[in-house]
Amino acid sequence: MAQQGPTSPVPVPNKDANQPAPKPVREGIDLIVNDKRYRHTGEAGMPLLWYLRDVLRLTGAKYGCDQGDCGFCTVIVDGKAVAACQTKMEKMSGKRVTTVEGLAGADGKLHPVQQAWIDEDAIMCGFCQPGQIMAAVDLLSRQKNPSDADIDKIGNLCRCGSYGRIRKAIKRAAGTMKDSKA
Amino acid sequence: MSGEVRLSRRRFLRYAAGTAGALVIGIGSAEALDRPTPVALLGDAWSQVGPYLRVAADGRIFIGVRDPDNGEGTSTSLARIIAEEMSADWSRVVVEPLGLGVEQGNGEPRFTYGRQRSGDATSIPAAWADLRQAGALARWLLLQAAARRLGVPADQLRGENGMAVAADGRRISYADLASAAAGIDAPSIMPPLKQPERYTLIGQPAGDVDATAVVTGSLRYALDDSLGNPVIAVIARCPYPGGTLDTADRDAAKKIDGVYDVVDITPEQGQPAGMAAQAPALAVLARDTWSALAGRAALNATWKAGDNPEPSSSALEQKALALFADDTATPSIVREDGDVAAARKKAGRALEATYFQPWVAHATAETPNCVVRLDPDTSVTVIAATQSARQVYTVVQRMTGFRPDQIDIQVPRGGGGFGRRLEQDYIAEAMAIALAKKDEAIRSRPLKVLWTRDDDLARDYYRPMAVHRLNASLDKGKKIVGWHQRMASPSALVGRSTPDNRLWQSEVVADALPAGLVPNFRSDWYPLDSKLARGEWRGSPHVTPTFASESFIDELAHSVKANPLDFRLALLGEARQLPYSGRGGPIDTARLANVLRLAADKIDWSRWLRSENGLGIACAYVFGAYVAHAIEVAPTADGIDIHRVVCVADVGRAINPLGLEAQLQGATMDALSTALNLAITIKDGKVQQTGFRDYPIATTQPLPYEIETVIVPSTAEPTGASVIGVPSAAPALANAVFRATAVRVRRLPLLREFARLR
Repeated sequence: MAQQGPTSPVPVPNKDANQPAPKPVREGIDLIVNDKRYRHTGEAGMPLLWYLRDVLRLTGAKYGCDQGDCGFCTVIVDGKAVAACQTKMEKMSGKRVTTVEGLAGADGKLHPVQQAWIDEDAIMCGFCQPGQIMAAVDLLSRQKNPSDADIDKIGNLCRCGSYGRIRKAIKRAAGTMKDSKA
Repeated sequence: MSGEVRLSRRRFLRYAAGTAGALVIGIGSAEALDRPTPVALLGDAWSQVGPYLRVAADGRIFIGVRDPDNGEGTSTSLARIIAEEMSADWSRVVVEPLGLGVEQGNGEPRFTYGRQRSGDATSIPAAWADLRQAGALARWLLLQAAARRLGVPADQLRGENGMAVAADGRRISYADLASAAAGIDAPSIMPPLKQPERYTLIGQPAGDVDATAVVTGSLRYALDDSLGNPVIAVIARCPYPGGTLDTADRDAAKKIDGVYDVVDITPEQGQPAGMAAQAPALAVLARDTWSALAGRAALNATWKAGDNPEPSSSALEQKALALFADDTATPSIVREDGDVAAARKKAGRALEATYFQPWVAHATAETPNCVVRLDPDTSVTVIAATQSARQVYTVVQRMTGFRPDQIDIQVPRGGGGFGRRLEQDYIAEAMAIALAKKDEAIRSRPLKVLWTRDDDLARDYYRPMAVHRLNASLDKGKKIVGWHQRMASPSALVGRSTPDNRLWQSEVVADALPAGLVPNFRSDWYPLDSKLARGEWRGSPHVTPTFASESFIDELAHSVKANPLDFRLALLGEARQLPYSGRGGPIDTARLANVLRLAADKIDWSRWLRSENGLGIACAYVFGAYVAHAIEVAPTADGIDIHRVVCVADVGRAINPLGLEAQLQGATMDALSTALNLAITIKDGKVQQTGFRDYPIATTQPLPYEIETVIVPSTAEPTGASVIGVPSAAPALANAVFRATAVRVRRLPLLREFARLR
């Protein structure tokens, strides 16, 4: 059997209201990622990006620059888009994280933003797109009807230059999300 | 249950029954098929025919795509070419990237899927030449099987959306015919290809086949793969080209929690450029990336620049200017027609201009990385994004000594290529770590090597810096009668077994326009020395010379007070074919004039003289494609604003117009972003740029929201798409900036130079 790294994820069973909470066996940072509970027992200074990718093996958030400049690693923490490479695990206690893997519904139905990306054929190499999508989900949670200037503020980099189609996809998603609320 | 059809003397199609009632079709290239091996005797060697196509009994059609897709869209377009010929139901097509196809031949490896290379816009023309036949054979076999089933002649059947359809309306699905089709005797000649009038997929827009996997995060790039529980390596590389290690604290690195070991990397000597690790380095091996990065920081490695450190770009520019001024220097004469000196003496007007371009990097979205699982006695698996799977094989085979059947090379979709992944240094480096002696506890684990962004910018194979001096002579009729272009650059072909008198081939195109249009023409190339690694960059060797020539043509038009569009059309002259020694020729001047006119119409060129905004135009002939850009720039209080960008392309038949549009838009964005802002600079012998703050690839600003594209309808042979939109974009921009501001920018990056000049 392959050697297990000591920072392997420790899934925490959901609390049963009738049972007293079991004592934690190890110190750690408890967080929720895509509606599942985890306890990080490794280095507290580890950025969320490497926890997601190396420990949880959730590789949707990509590495791009390690400086918070490119946006490839954008995920949503407690409802706000963050650069996972700039977010240390020590700040993650009790936080709720959504990555691109957690966007689609339990039934597999795509999030309207994901669907809009497919409908506008917005991907080229595709590498930046999970980050673009998470940034768009964040924007649309704050701005139901974003302007071009609002979209510009996202500032995520697309090396292939798919910006025109990304813009259209965000507007398309805004439309479908409005319709579904109506 | 199998057969084969000769495509040409050296290539053949073969088909056979697959498991579970499937029909499988492949293309082989034979060294000696004059005496074909009976299939029954081939046994396991069936694999020497690279299978591309599997018609499964459950209705799905699996299509393998041989060329690496780094965002060029070939997974979609190559599969569409096959699906069209067989009249498949596209909604049932499953596209799979083919790993490297290699097996043991007679002492030489035999590559079952051909070149497996993506670059220079070659994938589509190559696919057009052979993948159609694979689809056509599938359709022929399926229709033969249907003919027997229905009791009608096969020529009264047609394929339609995954069905064999009879004249009387009866139909059978391909799924139901697959098994029987595999048992049909081979046709004596290659079945005819479909008439283009009957195309239902080619020419129609198709979304990328990987879109769902990308948007759900389930698509695994090489960086996302791990082959189990990998050791992660991050590397401290010598930043000085030609430099060496000075000091490093290996013990401090090993003390970091999670760090397993530190491994020294010494590049192999005597290998061609791009086929070995670039630099002396130390690899930090760790449990996870974070620990590896911490270990690398703790190494605190220092490096020595070595003798003759790499000169700054401005020092290289000075050398270039000195070469141009030195009558005793002996450039490579790339092309010479007539007598430029004589033309100059006779001409009424002579003009000279000098253009400067910096080094630039690729900065692919997905930084170089490689996953390796090595069992030193038995086998190796390598997962890597590449643009040349065969080169990966060459490196891996050389370093392991393995037979082809011991080497498994997997090529997932890559996060951008642009020429960077034509180089295999990151593969060789990862292999060196995999093969190195290291701590017992981690020896058997897979290895994953990550380049950080600063690594990527510090050790790229850069597009060479270049200096161009252009001289032209015009007669009284405002006609160009003499053109002398001189270019100096460090050739990307140095170190690649290219003779000195051919080193210009990576830098300049012999027959690029205005060659063939001007009676007295000369193109010279002068070598510059540099230790910086260099390579192809999206559209090279067209990109840098086209900026100079298309800017200069604009300057000539201005000097004689001519409309730059009319001036270009007059230069192209009457419709004719110009001989062209490069790929894609001859040049059809009418097609080039056509894209120029269309671009002008789209941007409303009639305003060019009276508009307050500046309009600029430029064109290029690139690997068989005809492209023009027209750009509208407004002067602003603090600089310029790009209002509109139009790109018109005639690529022959467009396989997937939606993908082509994306490639044209992306290439235009890339060209403009690079021209506006990007430069790799050398200081104290090393590259200065470390990330997107000092190598600021444009996000949305200052680029326009939309690149307007026009795709010329055509039935000509299709050409590639991914690079062709680069060369003419930057000169169109510079020409528009001149019209808007009267500032002629002859040095890139443009914004920095514009700020200096205005």
